[in-house]
Amino acid sequence: MTDTRSRTRILIVDDDPALSEMLQIVLRQEGFDTVHCGTGTAAVAAMRESRPDLVLLDLMLPGRDGVKVCRDMRTESVVPIVMLTAKSDTSDVVAGLEAGADDYVAKPFKPKELIARIRTRLRQMSADPGKDVLGIGDLIISVSAHTVKRGETALQLTPLEFDLLLALAKRPSHVFSREALLDEVWGYRNAADTRLVNVHVQRLRAKVEKDPEHPEIVVTVRGVGYRAGEPADES
Amino acid sequence: MSQLTRADRRSPGLAQLWWGSLPLRVLFTTVAASFLVLVLAGLLLMQQARSSIVETKKDASIIEATGIHNFMSRQLRLPESRSIAIYEQLNLLAEQAQEQAGQYKVVIDGPAGAILSGGITWESVPETLQMRVSGSDKMFVTPTEVIHADAVPNEPGWAVGTTLVDGAGERFPVYYIFPMTNEVATLKALQRAVIVTGLALLGALAAIAYLVTVQVVRPVRKASQTARRLASGNLEERMRVRGTDDIASLAVSLNDMAGDLAARIRELESLSLVQRRFVGDVSHELRTPMTTIRMAADVLYESRDDFEPQSRRTVELMSTQIDRFDSLLADLLEISRFDAGAAVLSLDEVDLALVVASEVDAQRAFAKQQGIELRLRVEARTTALMDSRRIRRILRNLLTNAIEHGEGRPIDITVGADAHAVAVAVRDRGVGFQASESGLVFERFWRADPSRNRVVGGTGLGLAIALEDARLHRGWLTAWGRPGRGAQFRLTLPRDPHHVLMGSPLPVIPTDIDARRRPT
Repeated sequence: MTDTRSRTRILIVDDDPALSEMLQIVLRQEGFDTVHCGTGTAAVAAMRESRPDLVLLDLMLPGRDGVKVCRDMRTESVVPIVMLTAKSDTSDVVAGLEAGADDYVAKPFKPKELIARIRTRLRQMSADPGKDVLGIGDLIISVSAHTVKRGETALQLTPLEFDLLLALAKRPSHVFSREALLDEVWGYRNAADTRLVNVHVQRLRAKVEKDPEHPEIVVTVRGVGYRAGEPADES
Repeated sequence: MSQLTRADRRSPGLAQLWWGSLPLRVLFTTVAASFLVLVLAGLLLMQQARSSIVETKKDASIIEATGIHNFMSRQLRLPESRSIAIYEQLNLLAEQAQEQAGQYKVVIDGPAGAILSGGITWESVPETLQMRVSGSDKMFVTPTEVIHADAVPNEPGWAVGTTLVDGAGERFPVYYIFPMTNEVATLKALQRAVIVTGLALLGALAAIAYLVTVQVVRPVRKASQTARRLASGNLEERMRVRGTDDIASLAVSLNDMAGDLAARIRELESLSLVQRRFVGDVSHELRTPMTTIRMAADVLYESRDDFEPQSRRTVELMSTQIDRFDSLLADLLEISRFDAGAAVLSLDEVDLALVVASEVDAQRAFAKQQGIELRLRVEARTTALMDSRRIRRILRNLLTNAIEHGEGRPIDITVGADAHAVAVAVRDRGVGFQASESGLVFERFWRADPSRNRVVGGTGLGLAIALEDARLHRGWLTAWGRPGRGAQFRLTLPRDPHHVLMGSPLPVIPTDIDARRRPT
């Protein structure tokens, strides 16, 4: 409770001891603080206790399905979650993303790849210069306070969802391709899996749209991508 | 022109109707055949009836004529008749004969002209009969046309001719005309009856044929319906079996087939499920230690400068070989996923030109390293539903392949589109391959020239995976090549993978090859 840590803490949820140890070695080398949890059942408790800045979650866990663990973590925390997955097949990855994971790294991965993914997720987008208060649809984004409000109600967004909304709001008339959003929000230089964008746009819409069937804030532009909805009133 | 097309359109419609309905065909055939048989039977019946009626009348006429003739002959020879003039006598006889029965008429060729009874004309007596009677005393009979003096219509009849001899020995030809009024009426009635019966029979036969056809067609239709449902995946569908006839055996066979099919499919499904699970397990089991190894190798590789030269080289070798092993493993797993049918498309509406441009940009560094210029040409409107992850992988494979075999000459990348498809062609001017090898290039681990070293150390599965990815989109991946003239790989994708691809917006053979050939 009283830890005044200076180092970023990462919770590793993985059943393979060798891989877990290797991950810890690599992450510590990069200057991260690590906590390890070997089973899915203890993962949520470990998260509560260690209060990590990011969770590395293996999708294939004994005792409990990684996707379920991911969903449980999401219900009580907005901590960034990066999945480790052995299969890059649609169903698995999409299930993980829909459960609330922000990004995934497919095994086998290079340490640099993993570090890059982790750093992107820990990066604060608000560091970019620009207006502090932005409007998108009938929402007001406060960049420095990291909040999104509809009228007086604050909306609970994960950092990733916030970044996604912010990216769109910063350039209101611009139409973003999925690849551009992957670059902007996920930090993929060479466009990767566009399912990341699709799933997270759906998740974001579920939180911010009045009617997710007829989105007014994150608007689909057929064949191209997405753009921000018109601000309700210029003020 | 328009009339012609309309006529063309009409005839297939009729043919379609004819071949589209079994009951219609059976009904038509039955009605046509029955009509023919009934008409023949009717004609035969009428002919038989007519001849038998006419013959009977003939016999009856002869008998009656003989009787009358004898009576008249006797009358004429009576002693008291001698005083009367022969003409009067004959007239009297004719009247007497007429009174006896209205069934016949008498015509006597008297000395002072013909004596006619019953209002018939002299023309009713055929000339042939007159000639024969004039030459003999015998009795002759011949058919004739009875012609009435008044408006009564003509009718057929029998004419019996013979000779009357009076007491003085004078001869008078006499004819008895028997009109067949009743017989004609009977025949007419009979004909009506035959026609009515025939029509009724025809109707009844058509109805029977229809009923029979329906009885046969209904189970057949039911069977075809069941087969269709089975084909559409409803494996629990069965036919009802009733009795032991042919239809029942059809139903039994169909049900047996459905049962076998369902069992076989279930078997295959469980097999593929086992296979898929196995692939998944292997994938996980292999990848986890692989990840650890790879991370360990990377950690060592990063600090290789701290090692002695020998250890350092060892670490370098290990690292590169792990990279190679890594990509080989990834490709093998990908291929086995295709083989297990576990590969699934994740479709988005994507602009192919953008995807191609970004992949080309990603390869520029590698191309430059090989001294190769990448030239991209794009046409507008190239959006299609595709799984961009897979399309990128195909493009990556085609581009690295072209760069690897490009011999340092420029590579052209063309993106084209038409209404139904989008396509990209990658053309290199390198070593190329034999025309006969254009199918082999997609084979797993196939090498154009086994002695050649790989520049990038591809796994040998790249094009095989690319082909599978293209097939998953219901698209085409085709290769063209000639030794020394380079190669072209063309990927064609339907704008919507649910539609069947009919053609490609880009040619298989590079356009520059065409242009070079045309002048010669």
